[in-house]
Amino acid sequence: MDNLFLLILLPLISALILALLKTNAAKSIALILSIVSLALTIPFLCQFDPNGGMQFEKNWEWISALHIHFHLGVDGISLPLILLTNGLMPFIIATTFSKDYKGNFYALMAFMQAGLLLVFMALDAFTFYVGWEIALIPIYFICALWGEGDRIRVNLKFFIYTFLGSLLMLIGILYLYQQVPNHDFEWTSFIALELGDNTQRWLFWAFFIAFAIKIPIFPFHTWQPNTYTNAPAAGTMLLAGIMLKMGVYGLMRWLLPVVPTGVALYGQFAMILCVIGIVYASIIAIKQDDAKRLIAYSSIAHVGLISAGVFTWNTNGLSGATIQMLNHGISVIGLFYVLDIVQQRTQTRSLSELGGIASKAPKLAIFFMIICMGAVGLPLTNGFIGEFLLLKGVFQYGFWFAVFGGLTLILGAVYTLRLYQQTMLGEATDKTMQFEDVKGGELVVLSLISFLILYIGIFPNFLLNLSAGSVEVLSTFLGR
Amino acid sequence: MGAIITLSILALVVLYLGLFKAKTLLLPVSILGFLVAIGFLLNDWTADKGPLFSGMVHFDHYAIAFSVLCIVVTLCIFIISKGYFDEGGQVAEYYSLLIFSLTGAVLVNSYHNFSMLFLGIEIMSVALYILVGIRKRDKASNEAALKYFLMGAFSTGFLLFGIALLYGATGSFNLDEIKAYVVNNPHAISPLFYGGILLLIVGLTFKVGAAPFHFWTPDVYDGAPILITSYMSTVVKVASFAGLLRLFSYSLLPLQDFWEPVFLIIAIITLFIGNISAVMQSSFKRMLAYSSISHAGYMLFAIIAVGASSANSIFAYGLAYSLATIVAFTGLILVKKTTGSEHFEAFNGLGKRNPMLAFAMTVAMLSLAGIPLTAGFIGKFMMFSSVMEDYHIVLLILAVINAAIAVYYYLKVVVAMYFRDSEESCVNVQWNYSFVLLLAVGLTILIGVYPDCLLKLI
Repeated sequence: MDNLFLLILLPLISALILALLKTNAAKSIALILSIVSLALTIPFLCQFDPNGGMQFEKNWEWISALHIHFHLGVDGISLPLILLTNGLMPFIIATTFSKDYKGNFYALMAFMQAGLLLVFMALDAFTFYVGWEIALIPIYFICALWGEGDRIRVNLKFFIYTFLGSLLMLIGILYLYQQVPNHDFEWTSFIALELGDNTQRWLFWAFFIAFAIKIPIFPFHTWQPNTYTNAPAAGTMLLAGIMLKMGVYGLMRWLLPVVPTGVALYGQFAMILCVIGIVYASIIAIKQDDAKRLIAYSSIAHVGLISAGVFTWNTNGLSGATIQMLNHGISVIGLFYVLDIVQQRTQTRSLSELGGIASKAPKLAIFFMIICMGAVGLPLTNGFIGEFLLLKGVFQYGFWFAVFGGLTLILGAVYTLRLYQQTMLGEATDKTMQFEDVKGGELVVLSLISFLILYIGIFPNFLLNLSAGSVEVLSTFLGR
Repeated sequence: MGAIITLSILALVVLYLGLFKAKTLLLPVSILGFLVAIGFLLNDWTADKGPLFSGMVHFDHYAIAFSVLCIVVTLCIFIISKGYFDEGGQVAEYYSLLIFSLTGAVLVNSYHNFSMLFLGIEIMSVALYILVGIRKRDKASNEAALKYFLMGAFSTGFLLFGIALLYGATGSFNLDEIKAYVVNNPHAISPLFYGGILLLIVGLTFKVGAAPFHFWTPDVYDGAPILITSYMSTVVKVASFAGLLRLFSYSLLPLQDFWEPVFLIIAIITLFIGNISAVMQSSFKRMLAYSSISHAGYMLFAIIAVGASSANSIFAYGLAYSLATIVAFTGLILVKKTTGSEHFEAFNGLGKRNPMLAFAMTVAMLSLAGIPLTAGFIGKFMMFSSVMEDYHIVLLILAVINAAIAVYYYLKVVVAMYFRDSEESCVNVQWNYSFVLLLAVGLTILIGVYPDCLLKLI
């Protein structure tokens, strides 16, 4: 059962099955299939040997005319993300049980899962690019079909923006393909190339822009707040929880090892962009009235810190980024889910119209508190260990970067607590008077998310061990 | 060779069938004829007999592959034309003219002598001049026919003049001898020859609809009946490209330094004009006309970076583009039947009115936009990678910008189908349409997922 291709195949088959289902059973079947996916991931976790090398490799010839291989493999950087993808999917599906989505919604989700897994497993640039693009199609349809507000225009912008970015990356990939002596797209051939400084300069930008748009790093973030706000809750979870990790993963897997000199030359500039993004997005988040928009901006700030950790290129920053990607996924899904519950019951997301929910729904208030603490990065929650490592890495890189990057903690506490305060505390308003507490499925999902937040916060070693070897290997590429 | 004879006889037979009012026989007989022609072509695949008839035509792998592509696409168009021209009454003429035009296309694919190139292009075009105006009571159709005829006559004049100049310089129409002339006189090539090349480029880029010789395209594509438009934008375009590439990759290859910049400029202008104009269209048919211009720009990449893989790239691109275009026009025909409009609004709510048709259209649009797992991506990927072999990075960046622009107008259709609602009734799809849609969409996805055998074909 240790065939990585099975992990991709299963969501594809699920997508086909779900697309044909017209009944309400689609929800339960989608949930079951996603849990099966998660279960199939466990053997890989158990057998994984954290030595930094690629494991469970599968290599088939795909398009022999162009020397393209369907080459899969995982190491300590991709395995946590595969775990994240397969682990979050059941949660995201479970959060939609109160909606009237049909089979096609879940089919798109499953299709996207296949694309994401392909991105995280691909060791061949062509395969990677295919996964990168096909993950975009389903999320576009999810956001535009089930979204709200100005969904058509916003998502068109999102699509064209990311598509342009990936095409730039395609140019870079094609260029590298020409450079490889025996013309293939293998990751190992790419990293073995000795490229000149000038080549690395433009290649850096070709890849960086593609990844920066996806993450998004300031100033390529302009699609993000609108897309997040107008997407359906499940779509936002997919985008913020999993899809933006594609970009960070791209930085770690393709940008750093392939163009190390380019990163050495422009890394500081990228770092400055990340730090600007952190401060800028946090300040905007503080002023938001729309709660979903607030979290959208907070997400820019959080991933800004994660990408800054990647660009520090030391073991602390890199392993912080790896673990924080996972933690951010869990926390952000919790946040969006609580918001979705609130919005469903009160028909509003406006902070000025909310308040006093804690008195009506104490259980929800407790869960929300735990999730908020995780997002802020309080000790004993999952966010702490990640942010601590990230800041440590950034501090090693440069004092002032750490000072400004560290603002994320303070500003993060400000907007997250403001969010909590404005929704949960204070006097109940007209809209929140009749607020019902969480029950049934909601209770289960929220308890599981809270449990994960606390568990990872207290016992983070398992995750750190997973990625330690690969991070060590990656950091040796510096200045090569 | 058997294919050309079969098609010529087929066209005459179809004409006679029309004379004897045997309307029901038209389609089966034509399909049978096509299959026989394909059989003749495939029979020659393994045995390359070299240039036939004192070097007039040459059915090599290249010619056979493109001819089969043209015939299969025409076959699809025939299948969807069942019932399309019922009201008119000139069904037999329509069928037989299309077959004549196809004969010309096969000649253009397989010529080995300029006289055959000229004959092929003329046979292909003259039949089309009539076909474009076949709705004789429709003003737009008449206008399109007149425009196409006048402009086409001009461009043929350029082509002929170019051929004459080449003849003046080399004393031959034969591709082999022209190649020998270029190879043997590297430093003493007559200025006539260069002039001839330029005039040939003008004549041939007119036929493929590349800027700045594209002005006929939108009006003619828009005015002609949809089926004729789909024929023109697939078979004629692919065949003309096959002819163009054959000339430049075979005879004129040593002079690449001379003609490459010309094609480079043409390609860039074509991309921008095609894409930017397509963005502004409100008619789906006109949008496809402009998008076909921009695709001509991408296909020119194979000629700019001419090399061992050019033939395969242009074949893959042409196939992907033809499949997607057929689906798009089939969708347009079906939608026009219920709404009577050719605008984007006609597609509103198609996702609910007919999910399968909407899915097929989505795949076609994604393929035209070049999204992975569709044939269009493989075509674009081949084009881009062949241009990268010559390190035309600036050209690639411009192409990438254009690809991003193109997504906008292709997604407009998707947006209309899925995200806008409509009061219109369901769209019924007859079996013949379903068959073509299934075939084209199936092939598009199949090639997108596993293109290996296709890329090693020629």
